[in-house]
Amino acid sequence: MFEAAFLGLAKVFQLGNFFCLVIGVIFGIVIGALPGLTATMGLALLIPFTFTMTPAMGLIMLGGIYVGAMYGDAIPAVLINTPGTPAAIATTFDGFPLAQKGMAQHGLVAAALASAYGSLLANIVLATSAPPLAEASLKFGPPEYFWLGIFGLTIIATLAVGSLVKGLLAGALGLLLSTIGIAPIGGDIRLTFGYTELQGGVELIVALIGFFCLPEILSSFIAKRQATYSAEKIIPRFSVVREVIISLLKMPVLMLRSSAIGTIIGIAPGAGGNIASLVSYNEAVRWDKNPKEFGKGTIKGVAASEAANSAMAPGSYGMRPGHELFSTHATTTFAFIMSMLLAAGLVTVIGSFGSFLYPRILNIPARHLAPGIIFMTILGSYSIRNNILDVWIMFLFGVIGFISNKLKFHPAPIVLGLILGPYVEEGLVQSVLCGRAGGSILAYMFLRPISLVLIALCILSALWPLYASWRSKGKIGEKIL
Amino acid sequence: MMKRVMILALVLLLVGLCVGPLTVAAAGFPERPVTYSVPWPPGGQSDVEARRQQPMLEKILGVKVIVQYKPGGGGSLGWSELIKQKPDGYFICGINIPHIVLQPLARGDAGYKTEQLWPISLFQATPIGLAIMKDAPFKTLEDLIAHAKKNPGAITCGGSGTWSGHHIAHLQFQKLTGVTMTYVPHKGAAPQVAAFLGGHVKAIWGNSNDLVTHKERIRVLAFGTTKRFPHFPDTPTFKELGVDLLASIDRGVAAPPGTPAKIIKVLEKAFLKITGDPKVQDQMLKEGFVTLQMGSKESKTYIAEKVKVYQPIVKEFKK
Repeated sequence: MFEAAFLGLAKVFQLGNFFCLVIGVIFGIVIGALPGLTATMGLALLIPFTFTMTPAMGLIMLGGIYVGAMYGDAIPAVLINTPGTPAAIATTFDGFPLAQKGMAQHGLVAAALASAYGSLLANIVLATSAPPLAEASLKFGPPEYFWLGIFGLTIIATLAVGSLVKGLLAGALGLLLSTIGIAPIGGDIRLTFGYTELQGGVELIVALIGFFCLPEILSSFIAKRQATYSAEKIIPRFSVVREVIISLLKMPVLMLRSSAIGTIIGIAPGAGGNIASLVSYNEAVRWDKNPKEFGKGTIKGVAASEAANSAMAPGSYGMRPGHELFSTHATTTFAFIMSMLLAAGLVTVIGSFGSFLYPRILNIPARHLAPGIIFMTILGSYSIRNNILDVWIMFLFGVIGFISNKLKFHPAPIVLGLILGPYVEEGLVQSVLCGRAGGSILAYMFLRPISLVLIALCILSALWPLYASWRSKGKIGEKIL
Repeated sequence: MMKRVMILALVLLLVGLCVGPLTVAAAGFPERPVTYSVPWPPGGQSDVEARRQQPMLEKILGVKVIVQYKPGGGGSLGWSELIKQKPDGYFICGINIPHIVLQPLARGDAGYKTEQLWPISLFQATPIGLAIMKDAPFKTLEDLIAHAKKNPGAITCGGSGTWSGHHIAHLQFQKLTGVTMTYVPHKGAAPQVAAFLGGHVKAIWGNSNDLVTHKERIRVLAFGTTKRFPHFPDTPTFKELGVDLLASIDRGVAAPPGTPAKIIKVLEKAFLKITGDPKVQDQMLKEGFVTLQMGSKESKTYIAEKVKVYQPIVKEFKK
């Protein structure tokens, strides 16, 4: 095993392969940063070039792209409140407020470092124990997915800053939106109003752009809030990098916890890797001494989100269950893992230096920047499915998002419902089918060991706000309900 | 005055640009790039096939072939786009059977009708097999049928999707054998196979390529093919066991309705040339697929046959 690992490492350091890795990371950052372009799509674009490469070369480049993309998605999240990929939703919670405070560079450096740390840790875990982990992931059946989805929904309690009722309403709207199209089970047509184009359902990335990005631009226009994008001239400094490194070193527990959450969620096959960052952010808020700091711009929030989403990537994309991966193709597999490790290092370097460059985008006056961003949002929402309807849906969500922002609804619970709806539905219906076949639906859904743990977590998580309010003797409690 | 002449010249030039290609197009096909639409997300098997064919098509047709994606609705968004395209052969789209047969039957309005997709060629079959884990209590199809007869609904069969190749095979199997089993739909082949390997369903309707990948751990009871599947020479077909079931997912390409026969002929020839290449056949077989070499007419008959077989089953189940 170690021999294979070293051979893999040697392969990465061959000149051509290393070059591919660098190209892969840079390409990944660009792909990740552009909302509407996902890592998978980026790969499809690259397929023609990979014909001339060796399998190892192709895999190394792929590793670079994934790691790069997982950091790249944080750049627009911090700068313009738009997650580059769904995995960076939680990065916007504190990243954008940081940018508004004129601390965009802090956010970007924290994102790069946390991202690199997360993928480093997850890769070490995978390199040493991937086969047993892949086996363990198979233990996740329909009821476990259902409870995992429910657990994800309890995060609304944290996301709904200020009003739980509004959070629940927004979450319900998200769940409702997720049912548009063809039912995953049963094949019924739902909520398309006879419009066959809607049978494809709502695309998550389109919703993200609509709910997160457009409202910011609209308010910068309507309220003539020039300040949104140019609070003050941003002058990146090198000392910021040092500052951020020191403060990240001071939170080892948060970093380790976030990466662990990302790794575990990433391994569960198809378990909505998108929610890794949200779960991690949620836990960061829960266990922090000053939970009020979150949402107002703290690098803790950015780090929690980015460490988790980068840690989730290797598990969910790279490694599919299967022994042959580690026996017959061991060298190539390890070349892949090693390339991801090295890519993490590259992200640190590129991210640190890049942080001098990207924030300057904010110095562009809003009247020039906003049209540019709108152009990108149209391009992004069209290109994801080559569907013009998606552009209209994006605009519609933008307007809804703008109004709901004014009413103090946060868009995050909507998107959370949209992500988790299909998982919960599928898990529930499959559980009912399997449970009925086995004799008892209730026993099947409630009495499996992993399910029991997840149910306990759900209850704890749902009751936590009550406990928190009791702990602070009503100081926050009054605001919650 | 000068200005007007200039504007007139410009208008004439624009009209010329627009009309020019149309008149020439009829003379020799193809003369400009052909768009090959894939109604699935990038990276899926239909995409892999399109990418495999792309360079060969370019060589044979002598023009660029552009692969683009139009995913959504289990392919239906791509197919409803196809039927709205100009029937000039410059826009073709991948098709999948039974999807294009079952969606209009099951949904009522899927945005297109089966007969609106004019097949050019069917080039690949993915045989569907019924599999159990190696350590399962039953060893043969007869055992499974006997067990299912005694315990109606107790055997769970994982499949990918509702009104899909797996689902219709399941319904047909129940009808032919008179047993009742529980069909558990999953979103795609990967989660379906994971649920099976994890023991969450007792059996699966599996695509040949997935069954080949997990050969070591599973036992395939029967394949829905006419001949035995080369990767599993010891596994019988359903027909051999007395169950008249043919089950596969077939891939091909289609043109918009009304495309002239001459143009379809050119494209048909190109696709048949590709699937006639022994190298392509070897590649497909290695990956767990079977090459088809059906021309336009043959494909049309094949699809019409499927409509006839599936129509009563869908109707009965929908009641």
